[in-house]
Amino acid sequence: MSVNLSAISYLVSSICFILALQGLSSAKTSQRGLTLGILGMVLAVGTTMGSPIVTDYAWILSGLVLGGVIGTAIAKKIKMTALPQLVAAFHSLVGLAAVCVAGAALLEPRAFNIGEVGHIAFGSLVEMGLGVAIGAITFTGSIVAFAKLQGLVSGNPLIFKGQHPLNAVLGIGLILMIAFFALSESHSLFWGLTMVSFLLGFLLILPIGGADMPVVISMLNSYSGWAAAGIGFTLGNSLLIITGALVGASGAILSYIMCKGMNRSIINIILGGFGGEQTVAVRGGADQRSFKTGSADDAGFIMKNAKSVIIVPGYGMAVAQAQHALREMSDILREEGVKVRYAIHPVAGRMPGHMNVLLAEANVPYEDVLELEEINRDFAITDVAFVIGANDVTNPAAKTDPSSPIFGMPILDVERAKTVLFVKRSMAPGYAGVDNELFYKDNTLMLFGDAKKMCEEIIKALEE
Amino acid sequence: MDLISPFVVELTVFVLAVFVGYYVVWKVTPALHSPLMSVTNAISSVIIVGAILAAGSAQDPLTQLFGFAAVTMAAVNIFGGFVVTRRMLEMFNKKK
Repeated sequence: MSVNLSAISYLVSSICFILALQGLSSAKTSQRGLTLGILGMVLAVGTTMGSPIVTDYAWILSGLVLGGVIGTAIAKKIKMTALPQLVAAFHSLVGLAAVCVAGAALLEPRAFNIGEVGHIAFGSLVEMGLGVAIGAITFTGSIVAFAKLQGLVSGNPLIFKGQHPLNAVLGIGLILMIAFFALSESHSLFWGLTMVSFLLGFLLILPIGGADMPVVISMLNSYSGWAAAGIGFTLGNSLLIITGALVGASGAILSYIMCKGMNRSIINIILGGFGGEQTVAVRGGADQRSFKTGSADDAGFIMKNAKSVIIVPGYGMAVAQAQHALREMSDILREEGVKVRYAIHPVAGRMPGHMNVLLAEANVPYEDVLELEEINRDFAITDVAFVIGANDVTNPAAKTDPSSPIFGMPILDVERAKTVLFVKRSMAPGYAGVDNELFYKDNTLMLFGDAKKMCEEIIKALEE
Repeated sequence: MDLISPFVVELTVFVLAVFVGYYVVWKVTPALHSPLMSVTNAISSVIIVGAILAAGSAQDPLTQLFGFAAVTMAAVNIFGGFVVTRRMLEMFNKKK
């Protein structure tokens, strides 16, 4: 295939990718978009395989088959609740693949048409250094995120003394190493800077706690895009540059939305340490206050006699796999003539849109699931708010208490509902370590128990 | 007349693509943010293009090995990412 022809077919596949993202503007067009995305990828792979410098197909085909089988098998088997860790694991692979490609380009630049060993252009070396650094940080950072989400290591932030100065030194060292590498094309410097980046990836994500994971995953998503773009610059390939830029922008926007959902700056999240021990002190003295508890029967009775119910799901619902039981419960209520809707906070769950996927899995109709801005006003005119596995995102302290660590965070106004039902395992505070005023209100009923069991018991009570 | 350096051309493409990404992604409905993430994950594996060049045109076995490893990892991502996105989108489009 001639160079110009391949460039044009790369352009076509870039457009396919743009249309794939554009399709996600509504559920209806999303599947068509995905098909275009797949076509774009097939075209990109085919075009590259057809290029005249590719002569040996054995490695390529075995890699494609091996990777294809593994990837398909995992993606078919994975539970939707485990989606965040799957995405983190996939991000790590993009990062490591970028490192491998950059390494290959350094060892044999001729294969990529970027010069001879020892004579790679300065600009290409800068791009190569940046590409490998971002790729390596994405790799180890995603592995830490994966381990935290999978529960292999504690979700609590891991903090040690001198962490931030150490990261700063490593970061500056990394930039210097990239500069010297670009000037010298030294292979040992290249591998050295790769190692430093691996280390930095670990250290950057370790101090970030579990509930900040939506931001971390979005950020790593963005990094994986920038890494691809970096490799694209090195190889002078516009398809990689365009796609990398799209993915990078997408991840950055998601990170921004998630930060806004918590009213925190990205810097604050990266510095980490939010939640966990230091903030727990805030709840001192709260233990004595009285609150009302209820049974599944009470909850069933209240909801059956309500005109409208708004369900507020959170990460606890995902952990308990309660989405199916929850949907069954709302079906029964609906048959009783109750209007049931779902309210989703932007940072509910462990990745952007996590709750929406789980509810869709449980066959909850798309139009019943509403975002914060769409439904927040309706709490005031609803009879029951049913909070299941969420806590901080409903805490009125975010509006009233300037000293609270979550002050300023947009919350779902469940307090305005006539009755609030809280499904919780215990009185333990939420992730932010702050006590929730709502628990002690007169119109709040605490339902202690596992989210799924509680829903099942309410179903039983409703059916009687 | 001097030719424009390839880097400047690439930079132009890059900056324009960031803008396209910015406007397209803001239009994505929040309900579909998870599929957005998994599909961008799949397409960022277009890095397989570089991996294929390494695996298919290198002479040195080490380079080929790097290429092979990168092709495999990118393929896991491409297939895995597209399949899991398809699964999610089907859930959102189920007939009631």
